[in-house]
Amino acid sequence: MSYRSGFLVVVALTAGVAAAFGYTGGWFSPHRLGPQRMIAALEAAGGVHPGFRRNHAKGLCVTGYFDSNGAGARLSKAVVFASGRVPVVGRLALAGGQPFQPDAARTTRSFALRFTLPDGEEWRTGMNAIPVFPFRTPRAFYEQLVASRPDPATGKPAPRRMAEFLGAHPETARALKVLGDQPVSSGFADSTFNSLDAFRFVAATGASVPVRWALVPIQAFSADESAAAGSRAPNYLFDAVVTTLQHQPLQWHLVVTIAQPGDPTNDATQAWPADREQVDIGTLTIDHAQGEDGGACRDINFDPLVLPSGIEPSDDPLLSARSAAYARSFTLRAGETKAPSAVQTAPAAGGDRP
Amino acid sequence: MNGAPQFTAVTRLLHWLMAAMVLTMLFIGVGMVSTVSGRYHALVSIHRPLGIAIFVLVLIRLVNRWLHPGPPLPAHLNSLERFAAKASQVVLYALMIAMPLVGWGMLSAAPYPIVLAGSVHLPPILPHSAALYAILRRAHTVLAYAFFATFLAHFGAALVHGLIYRDGVFTSMMPWKVRPRDSSSSA
Repeated sequence: MSYRSGFLVVVALTAGVAAAFGYTGGWFSPHRLGPQRMIAALEAAGGVHPGFRRNHAKGLCVTGYFDSNGAGARLSKAVVFASGRVPVVGRLALAGGQPFQPDAARTTRSFALRFTLPDGEEWRTGMNAIPVFPFRTPRAFYEQLVASRPDPATGKPAPRRMAEFLGAHPETARALKVLGDQPVSSGFADSTFNSLDAFRFVAATGASVPVRWALVPIQAFSADESAAAGSRAPNYLFDAVVTTLQHQPLQWHLVVTIAQPGDPTNDATQAWPADREQVDIGTLTIDHAQGEDGGACRDINFDPLVLPSGIEPSDDPLLSARSAAYARSFTLRAGETKAPSAVQTAPAAGGDRP
Repeated sequence: MNGAPQFTAVTRLLHWLMAAMVLTMLFIGVGMVSTVSGRYHALVSIHRPLGIAIFVLVLIRLVNRWLHPGPPLPAHLNSLERFAAKASQVVLYALMIAMPLVGWGMLSAAPYPIVLAGSVHLPPILPHSAALYAILRRAHTVLAYAFFATFLAHFGAALVHGLIYRDGVFTSMMPWKVRPRDSSSSA
């Protein structure tokens, strides 16, 4: 091989490896949906608020414990489902990227939890007080964010673009109908929070079943009456939690729903049939609230794919997307200076209760 | 000696095994942060245990290198080439050690559980600090690009030795036994 051709081979091979690296990183794929674009779309919708989560930005830290009754152990070998108590750090929040939005009954409420298992494993889960999720794929979620972006000319979302989106996504239109028909409860305490996404429980025998889970309140349901009550305090939903916890804890049953063959595990817009087996696997007790600035939940990324052995992801495409986008959101806010959160608590709210 | 000057078989095995692992790691890294598709979780799940495996192997390799330094560089290289050869090796070793530690450290500071497989996980090596996490996460990216750039330089230089200089540097790390091209080299 001549010097010249040898040199060309060296350059071609080196450039080829570099190009393959760039291709893998999406440098030549402007349409690839990555966490950066997802976060940029959330910021375009909710504004840029340094130091805050890019979605579910307004929240309150809570702590307590989970008492497993052992009924989940036949379904999953996860240590958390053996009978016993594990500590929990949680976060109650409202959907949306605006950390100072006034509480509103129709804004989606969420409950995120981190269970710390005795063997050092963790289980993190983020649940929403809606029966189904409006979007089946991360692409649809992204397109909806873009479609609902305010028109620069009018300052409001263009209704035509949202109509086009719903026309292309009938599953979203169906899910929004289900959400609209859902009675709204009076607050966080009497809300049912759903995992929405499906997971797999893996038993010690190796048997695996698709599941979804929900926090079902022990507090009795009462319908939202904010419309009749007129204007409410801007943090009325969170204030109610803080006030209640000064007198008594809040409790939810953790209920697992087991899918039958054919039930969709990759489509969070569809509920499973109502007759599916449900197993109450324990009780969550929340007994303290803390404003998130100094609260235990502040630095927790409630990544739904932080799972203990015995719980595995399903083929639901939203799971990886949530994990990737939450990681990006966490990385951004960890390096930013944050303004004080909207919801504050007096030091050790509920702490003087025995 | 009954062959061309080569690194020991163990050294060559470690080199090529780790070359494949490191290159896989760099591609997984740049790929996983670029997507929200289902590949994200699959890639992250490989990234962590593979990084720890590289960390364990590089420590073994450092000991092996100290025991078996390998053949010297050929005499025809000028001082700049010698410096580049030595410096790039130092940088590659430093990055093979630093990248897993920064990754482990940033997960510790976040804090995330450091899951290798199933219920097997590593303890944190740094205290919980979001600010520290942000710095280390940034460093992980910057060092990864530096790692890939250094790898490209190493790859290009190896090809120059193998295709243009043909001075035995490339053959010294060939995975298989190489016979000498002339009898003088086995003297």
